[in-house]
Amino acid sequence: MKVPRVEIRIEECKGCHLCIAACPKKVLESSGCLNNQGYIYAKYKGDGCIGCGICFYSCPEPGAIKVFKKEN
Amino acid sequence: MSNILEKPKSFYTDFTRKGSADVITTHYCPGCGHGILHKMIAEAISELGIQDRTVFISPVGCSVFAYYYFDTGNVQVAHGRAPAAGTGVKRALPNSIVISYQGDGDLAAIGTAEIIHSANRGEAMTMFFVNNAIYGMTGGQMAPTSIIGQKTTTSPYGRKAENEGYPIKVSELISQLDAPVYVERVSLADVASRNKARTVVRKAIQNQIDGKGFSFVEVLAACPSGLKKTPLETNEWVKNTLHTIFPLGCYKDETATRTPRFAPAINPTSDQVLTALNLKDDHSDYKASVDKKNFIDQNVKIAGFGGQGVLSAGTTLSVLAMYENLEVSWIPSYGPEMRGGTSNCNVRLSNKRIGSPLVENPNILIAMNGPSLEKFESAVRPGGTIIVNSSIIDAKVSRKDVKTYYVPVTGIATEMGVPAAQGVAALAAYLAATNVIPVEKLEHVVHKSLKRKELADKNIAIIRKVAEYITKGMEDNKKCLTGF
Amino acid sequence: MQKEFIKGNEAVVKGAILAGCTHYFGYPITPASEIAHAAAFYLPPTGGIFIQAESEVAAINMVYGAAGAGARVMTASSGPGISLKAEGFSYLAGAELPCVIVDVMRAGPGLGNIYPEQGDYNQIVKGAGHGNYKNIVLAPNSVQEMADHGYMAFELAEKYRNPLVILTDAYIGQMMEPVQFPKEVKKVKHFDWAIYADKASRHNLITSIVMSADELEKHNIKLNKKYAEMEKNDTRFEGYKLDDADVVFVAYGVSSRIVMSAVDILREKNIKAGLLRPITLFPFPKKACMDVAGYAKRMIAVELSNGQMVDDVRLAVKGKKEIEFYGRMGGMTPSVEEIVSIVE
Repeated sequence: MKVPRVEIRIEECKGCHLCIAACPKKVLESSGCLNNQGYIYAKYKGDGCIGCGICFYSCPEPGAIKVFKKEN
Repeated sequence: MSNILEKPKSFYTDFTRKGSADVITTHYCPGCGHGILHKMIAEAISELGIQDRTVFISPVGCSVFAYYYFDTGNVQVAHGRAPAAGTGVKRALPNSIVISYQGDGDLAAIGTAEIIHSANRGEAMTMFFVNNAIYGMTGGQMAPTSIIGQKTTTSPYGRKAENEGYPIKVSELISQLDAPVYVERVSLADVASRNKARTVVRKAIQNQIDGKGFSFVEVLAACPSGLKKTPLETNEWVKNTLHTIFPLGCYKDETATRTPRFAPAINPTSDQVLTALNLKDDHSDYKASVDKKNFIDQNVKIAGFGGQGVLSAGTTLSVLAMYENLEVSWIPSYGPEMRGGTSNCNVRLSNKRIGSPLVENPNILIAMNGPSLEKFESAVRPGGTIIVNSSIIDAKVSRKDVKTYYVPVTGIATEMGVPAAQGVAALAAYLAATNVIPVEKLEHVVHKSLKRKELADKNIAIIRKVAEYITKGMEDNKKCLTGF
Repeated sequence: MQKEFIKGNEAVVKGAILAGCTHYFGYPITPASEIAHAAAFYLPPTGGIFIQAESEVAAINMVYGAAGAGARVMTASSGPGISLKAEGFSYLAGAELPCVIVDVMRAGPGLGNIYPEQGDYNQIVKGAGHGNYKNIVLAPNSVQEMADHGYMAFELAEKYRNPLVILTDAYIGQMMEPVQFPKEVKKVKHFDWAIYADKASRHNLITSIVMSADELEKHNIKLNKKYAEMEKNDTRFEGYKLDDADVVFVAYGVSSRIVMSAVDILREKNIKAGLLRPITLFPFPKKACMDVAGYAKRMIAVELSNGQMVDDVRLAVKGKKEIEFYGRMGGMTPSVEEIVSIVE
């Protein structure tokens, strides 16, 4: 899989969208879809992530966001 | 550093303690600051390699269930008491890393005393204070940090300074104390603040690892549910409003100059304990001389004014009787009896188990001053004995059914240069007059209790002088049926 | 072995330290302060910890923390301070933390005064804080027992994972008597439930929270079973001239000492008096009360209160015998003659 990239676990997202606001590259967006809990989850646009991790530290959920940085 | 940013290992993989079907998400609302701070703390715990040593103190408030998430030792405590309970943990386990976590109601309202005093003692803990200016858990009530004008369920017309006072600035308060090593206020409201917060969280924990003492981090955080705003709006509000009232920044940092202090593990040896309790030396060279079987109960009341050594005369007599293997009780004047200008104690000596320690009707009254004689003369049992301190008391005992000895104990003790020994002098008079325990045995107790040899010698001289006075008085008054 | 002539309040601390107590957290209050004094004096040289807490509330919560960390920890207070600690009692019981609390009773209500009373009986024996729970309650009536109870209290508390209260009064706390201290220092145990800040105990959780109703009911049932076990195995009392007694007094603490003297006097007058002295107030010696109710002509509870323990005696005898009550309050103590005159 391509790095860097971000993974958003749909069922762990509570739809606060803090990650979307925080992302410096604006590569996250609202999915417009509800997850099983009833939240409109965020999603990665699929391209443009720089692996900065800002979204990870904006997210209140422990495991909703996973960031794969570029290999050193 | 790993190339993957993911759920820190210091979180449980599954949050089974939640007791619900969902074991992957927290119980926090969308956009809640707690979750962000939890993640920063968990990450620091993992990266600092202290997961096994860490004890997380969960408070009352929304973070009451922090123990659902942190895979560390967990202690959940009463409202406001995290710093006190944390103190207990840290003092019991000096090697632990105690992380105390509280919200604004918990820390700055109901637990104000605990946080201030744990800070003032410089407890070697790391304290996180989540300030979101509202009570979340109980339903959006006013917090001590709510801002003027803020509408909450308990300030529906807005917080008014004249009614509820001002938002309390805890970092500023804590930083005024001498003991804390590090006090900083951070925010979770924007990217830059969160970056800063991560380093501050780590530093506050590192300080504890390094033995630096009390570190305090105030975290301005969003409570979208409590503020009835979206998460993004709430963060904006935190930035635009809370940041102006609660300025971010470091309020105190003595990290660089503090000498590390690591309390030793607590594991006293038997020897240490017995030595500390003075229970090692039980050597006794005392030879008991009382015929215990035929001992007649002594119900003694010793009364006088403060400074006459009344209470210690009682304990001296008691110790002597204890050496004689008698049953003993001593109790100071207590209760309503205390009123009226006399200080007195009750001593009971017996060859049987002692019931009431109180002496209502003494068979021995040692009256050291006038009011004492006046007060207790009538209570003495018929056939009893009264020792009257004739240096001070001019009055004579009017009872005919008791033996009375008039002995100038204050005079004798003062003449011999130890006025404080008048109580011992009175005891000597009692023992010499009644011989319930040979008066010379008193010398042994004096030797044992007075460390200064010179003083002990003087006391012994006083005892001998009084004993002589009694013996001579008895010879002068041959029948000695009623004392002298 | 030479005895030591010592105050009740000091003896209880020495007993506790011999039992492995390493931590004391407390707040000064008359007439319990000598307990703090003694702990402050004796603990640091053993490497132990004494902290004068900022409040009674903080003190009991420090106890909670240290007990959760597996330490033998104690605190002490008197009525007004015990009221403040009540919150902590409930949490300790809920979280099943063993610890030792001494209540040296003074007269109330409110600030009352500092003289002896036994008016905290209901507060301590019935729990003190909120919720369904019990404290183990020991009631020493001599300085020797203050030492002995301090010495045995931790093991008893640990046996049931339950807070234990030594309920005493200003007289027993303030009086001095000879005490024989044990010479064996007890070893602190390692508990599989406690927090030790290590890998093995990392998953342990100290909490009084049980969120689901059915789980909390189960927790309460479990606690109740524990209390039933205490009743079965650890009820203690002393009978004094009890076996052939026609008139039986029931009294604890200093009241029992006064009654003992009264019993002796009554016996001299050929009145067969006796004393049933509960040593544990919870568990209460119900069976002993019932046994006495089977043969005694009169049963009289004597307390320095408005009649609190007497209710437990009445419950114990299940109406089989009318239980009389004699009490003094406010710091007043009945004289021996006063007790004798109830019977004469």
